[in-house]
Amino acid sequence: MPVEVRLPNILRPLAGGEPVVKAEGATLREVFDDLVSRYPGLEASLFTPEREMHRHLNVFLNDDDVRYLGRLDAKVSESDTVTLMPAVAGGAD
Amino acid sequence: MARYESVIDTIGNTPLVDVSELSPNPRVTLLIKLEGLNPGGSVKDRAAKYMIEEAEKDGSLRPGQRILESSSGNTAAGLALIAKVKGYPFTAVVPENVSVERVKLLRAFGADIIVSPAAEGSNGAMRRAQALAAEHPEWWFSFQYGNPANPRAHFEGTGPEIWRDCPEVTHFVAGLGTAGTIIGVGTFLKQQNPSVSIWAVQPPAGETVEGLKSLDEGFIPPVFTDNDGYSLLDRSRVVGPRESIEWSRRLAEAGIFAGLSTGAAMAGVARCASEIDEGTIVTISPDGGWKYLSTDAWTGDLDEVVERAKHELYF
Repeated sequence: MPVEVRLPNILRPLAGGEPVVKAEGATLREVFDDLVSRYPGLEASLFTPEREMHRHLNVFLNDDDVRYLGRLDAKVSESDTVTLMPAVAGGAD
Repeated sequence: MARYESVIDTIGNTPLVDVSELSPNPRVTLLIKLEGLNPGGSVKDRAAKYMIEEAEKDGSLRPGQRILESSSGNTAAGLALIAKVKGYPFTAVVPENVSVERVKLLRAFGADIIVSPAAEGSNGAMRRAQALAAEHPEWWFSFQYGNPANPRAHFEGTGPEIWRDCPEVTHFVAGLGTAGTIIGVGTFLKQQNPSVSIWAVQPPAGETVEGLKSLDEGFIPPVFTDNDGYSLLDRSRVVGPRESIEWSRRLAEAGIFAGLSTGAAMAGVARCASEIDEGTIVTISPDGGWKYLSTDAWTGDLDEVVERAKHELYF
């Protein structure tokens, strides 16, 4: 089941320069594993050495932060969009 | 209303207004707290007042000392107003892509303004302020992203006001910037009733942040991590400029003239209302629409306004 993964500027050079890539998987972990198999350079950005989520990476599944949807165990289905964003000082007020 | 000794005393005690006519679910009541009615024009007056007054109490801010802060406008406006009244000089580091009204408001209160590059966003403004603070140890840097007085203003002010006016609240939805509002209010409400659900809304950060060279340079506000923000929240979602502007327009039709971050919060509220059976959702309107009139957010062609908003800090 292919899903669309949107990459922020800083990760695009690690994925052939593409802003949007396709990946397969039924969970977010499977999607990330598939991405890394295609673009090995992404490993250190998607995962910690313990293969958990990178602290400074915000991952949204159809706009929803996956931290509240089971993190890497979040269920992913076809036509979902996964958006990756760096954690930065919020706009701010 | 009463008579006040100082304009600073008028900060807080803002009205909570029923806007259930905008609810996508007839069994869900929507209430919005109008923080734009604070004297500096935003919810940030509360944090500004707390940060300054606590620093006065603990002696870290002395009479006549220069105050320094990085801000896309609202915190700086609150600090500038209070600094002017209390006689402190004030320097604000402001990203160059904030609306022109914000900069003019700061100038009206006599603030010194240092502009930081648009491409570096709020992160860049903060880093510049940190560097200035290191160069000028004689200045007092309020550092809103890490100052415990920021969430405390909401734990002791905004939260109790909401609980007083709406003890039936089931969900609280607010924007995530410094995280001061959501940490302070969320912690207070959960202490009163652990079943209250806390939903965060944030703008899409990544696209315009060109200054970032790697994820490791990212930044999560200490106000959020020191208070275990990830455990406090029940949901968090990102809202883009189109939804923010569409909801700002809907709010105007209900007579609420609010800034674009209020539109973003309302988009989060609408999502929440459509996902629950019934309940009472309270949200915060951080500021009024006045400072965004130059963006044509209410009157311009939607596509053009959205495109421009992608390059301007509005949250």
